[in-house]
Amino acid sequence: MNTASTSEPYAHAEAMRQRIHRLSLMLAEMHQDQSPLVLLGIQPRGVYLAQRLQAAWKSHMPTASLDFGVLDPTFYRDDFNQSKVLIPEATQLSFSLENRRVVLVDDVLFTGRTIRAALDAVHTFGRPEWIKLLVLVERRFARQLPIHPDFYGWSVDAFEGQKVRVHWAEHHGNDAIWIENKS
Amino acid sequence: MPQLSCHHLLGIKALTDADIELLMSTSAEFYNVLQRPIKKVPSLRDKTIANLFFENSTRTRLSFELAEKRLSADVINFSASGSSLSKGETLLDTVNNILAMKVDMIVLRHSSPGAGIFLAKHLPRFKHSAQARIINAGDGTHEHPTQALLDAFSLQQSLGPLAGKKVALVGDILHSRVALSNMLLLQKMGVHVELCAPPSLLPKGIEKLGVRISHSLDQTLQRVDAVNMLRIQEERLNVQHFPSAYEYHRLFGLNMERWERLQHKPIILHPGPVNRGVELDGRLADSANSIILDQVQHGVAVRMAVLYLLGQQSTADTGIHFN
Repeated sequence: MNTASTSEPYAHAEAMRQRIHRLSLMLAEMHQDQSPLVLLGIQPRGVYLAQRLQAAWKSHMPTASLDFGVLDPTFYRDDFNQSKVLIPEATQLSFSLENRRVVLVDDVLFTGRTIRAALDAVHTFGRPEWIKLLVLVERRFARQLPIHPDFYGWSVDAFEGQKVRVHWAEHHGNDAIWIENKS
Repeated sequence: MPQLSCHHLLGIKALTDADIELLMSTSAEFYNVLQRPIKKVPSLRDKTIANLFFENSTRTRLSFELAEKRLSADVINFSASGSSLSKGETLLDTVNNILAMKVDMIVLRHSSPGAGIFLAKHLPRFKHSAQARIINAGDGTHEHPTQALLDAFSLQQSLGPLAGKKVALVGDILHSRVALSNMLLLQKMGVHVELCAPPSLLPKGIEKLGVRISHSLDQTLQRVDAVNMLRIQEERLNVQHFPSAYEYHRLFGLNMERWERLQHKPIILHPGPVNRGVELDGRLADSANSIILDQVQHGVAVRMAVLYLLGQQSTADTGIHFN
């Protein structure tokens, strides 16, 4: 059983690197030459993970192509008119997803609502052959919708009042996973 | 978390630099949505929007209606002809009646300058109307903010960042709400604005707004990156401001002879509808330098951004939660 702590990171940079490497190998197992995978990073923090997966993929699958995109599900969310105005971020997807094999990538899977919105957003680009979900951290027993990851780095039990934060070197200066008490 | 600083979009004047940046970036995302196979998003599915057009319009009304439908809002349309206006109902009564039917937002086109400002001032007194959001779709000769926003968005798409760029507004500045809104917005975005018109079509004291004034289209064209050719508003011309359409075209119209003399050719904008052969030669309206139809396409994205940002705000900042 994983326990929550707020004094030091739940996972450090090296552990993150290893798990991301392992996840990229799992993706590689699904590769088929005739239908390259599409890796879709969900804005904002899923994009960092998707970029790391893409880099790891290139190191052990140098000749196999992988299509990459960035998806912002803001317009498809179900929490309009709640507490704050939702501002969109960029979607970068220059190709159709019709009949493609799509892997949605996010940092933390919590209630499942972001993924539900992302599934709606994906379908505006066509009807994929299938969609799978990859997350770095899965929060167990926290789902409000029947959505579960196909691949995950960690599965953690965090209390309802806690927040799981993934820090990325590109944004925060260093890689780490923190489980924090909400202030 | 950013949001617009205003509750209504009544004019460009009230917008902050942060508002403009947020509107431009949100417009860019909606422009991307409009390129997808499925162009509709569910964002405003719980909103009802009334388009109140007390004055004729084709592209603005269709553009707003399409923007609303792309956002999944419910839409009702009202035009002055065939309404109870002829029975003597006031503007405030008409709008209050429509808002009493649980309408959330009003898109208003009216021939009286300040019609939207008047509504924004008086609606809060009425319990059915206090939460309504108003978007000015053109009020007389005053402002047409969404047109200015879509012009600026189109300029950005063609020229890149606008700070330091030179843009001319040519023609009927006196009667043009597009001109005033454009002037205010472009200046806020750091553009050097030049007005080119016969003295009879320039408002008195306009130079106090910090714009350059020119009476020679040939000289103006040599200086600018883009030229916005305004329509001669014949419906608002109750006195003769120039001798004839032919003479206007010769002196202030963008014609082929003038165009071919130019070494650096600017991009051409027009808010529509175009009077071909008066302010703009038809061949130039259809040329590669013209972005007139891009403006129309961008208009839907820009109006989606305005409706999206104001539509969410209408309940988000009042603490009313429906689910």
